Amino acid sequence: MSAPRLELKAVSKRFGDLEVLADINISVRPGEFVSILGPSGAGKSTILQLLTGALSRDGGAMACDGVPLDGNSHRFAFMPQRDALMPWRRVIDNTALGLEVQGMSRSAARAVVQPLFAEFGLAGFERNYPAQLSGGMRQRAALLRTVVQESSMLLLDEPFGALDALTRARMQRWLSGMWTRHGWTVLLITHDVREAVLLSDRIYVLSPRPARILRHYEIPLPHPRTPANSHALAEVEADILQTLLNLEE
Amino acid sequence: MPIRPTFMRDVARLISHAGPAVLSVSALVLVWEAYARVSGISPTALPAPSRVLVQGFEQRDVLASHTLATLQATLFGFSCSLCAAFLFSVLVDFFRPLRRALFPVFIITQTLPLVAIAPLIVLWFGFGLTPKIVLVALVTFFPMLVALVQGYDSTDRDIEALMASMGASRRRIFVAARLPSALPYFFAGLRISITYAVVGAIFAEYAGAVRGLGIYILNAKNNFRPDLVLSAVFVSATLTLCLFGATVLVQRAAMPWARFEEPKP
Repeated sequence: MSAPRLELKAVSKRFGDLEVLADINISVRPGEFVSILGPSGAGKSTILQLLTGALSRDGGAMACDGVPLDGNSHRFAFMPQRDALMPWRRVIDNTALGLEVQGMSRSAARAVVQPLFAEFGLAGFERNYPAQLSGGMRQRAALLRTVVQESSMLLLDEPFGALDALTRARMQRWLSGMWTRHGWTVLLITHDVREAVLLSDRIYVLSPRPARILRHYEIPLPHPRTPANSHALAEVEADILQTLLNLEE
Repeated sequence: MPIRPTFMRDVARLISHAGPAVLSVSALVLVWEAYARVSGISPTALPAPSRVLVQGFEQRDVLASHTLATLQATLFGFSCSLCAAFLFSVLVDFFRPLRRALFPVFIITQTLPLVAIAPLIVLWFGFGLTPKIVLVALVTFFPMLVALVQGYDSTDRDIEALMASMGASRRRIFVAARLPSALPYFFAGLRISITYAVVGAIFAEYAGAVRGLGIYILNAKNNFRPDLVLSAVFVSATLTLCLFGATVLVQRAAMPWARFEEPKP
């Protein structure tokens, strides 16, 4: 079997006296959709910051495709919690930002992202500003900006957290369909149990701070998940929810 | 349809926006005119607005040449101040400790009373354009610097984290994220500073100059011509309003996306 796309072994992190991550072991295989679920303040975002290179770990090892990750590697395409679209850039230039940073000219970068607008439900909005888009469209634009970077893995930080419930459900289904078609490798950080269960192949559940991996779930159901699976999904969901609720006591 | 409905709506909005201000200003001018005529007060003490207007109009060539001098000093001084403020804002943004070293010095320059400092600057730099530029820059530099630095700091942390995750350099993040984030602050500072700039230029001229509205006002006052003083005041107020309006237009052109954003509280 080939090396996992991402492997974290015994990773730890502390801020002064505050131990945030105690012992994190995670692996993601190519083409897999993996979620990290945890109570708020458990250190989910800290894991992401370690992966984007914004923070450096105190202990343990991280590797991408078998190659150790050092502090300043930009192997992963990151989608922050709020869409972080630049209000002053047109939608097309927002989605092309990563390519421009990689050194592509503006016109070349536009030519790369342009054909993808229709698939992301953004056709006709290329020349608009982000303020003219709905919440769901902004999130899709942010995802488009993430996937065109052609990184080896997508890091999604609660991407639908700020959306209303209906838009969120719609976006989750849409993402599930897109993922099935494109075969991206995805690491999703979320505190929404239903979202994690609907989208993921596997789920890691974090303990409260200092975080370690509390449970690990596999969901061997085909994607995209249809109403026929809903019973099996609901069972996993109830189990995870119970695990998280037991933590509180 | 001879007139587009959107045009009618624009006109209606303009009237509802500007109407109250036009009414209050007209009322003030009318009361002033009535008082000056009825009370029999000497025009060398309080000239009626009609007299201010007529006398100012008769002096229009002289006034225009003085206004041009003031405008020149204002624009030169303000441009120098803007360049310096931008330069220092970038320096301070890249080398944080500089902020603590420089800001106290700049704050002290803001505490100097103009009345005291203007004659000194004329004494040091002569009667030409230089002292005006220096004084205008002195008045406007710090507000612009503060606006820019605050603007950089207002950058969305998520946007910076995103760019860093893409591997963008510090310089790149500054140009692509911090600089555009500062634009609203920059223009807010610009609107305030441009009015200070005119006042600064007139102050410098008042302290000693060959041409300019400041020296014109001083001469008119010494000749007991309050009507001409007020004409010059009227001209300088109009000049300030025009410059203010110009900054608003420049902001619209420079920030085309702002129209679509919800107004911030």
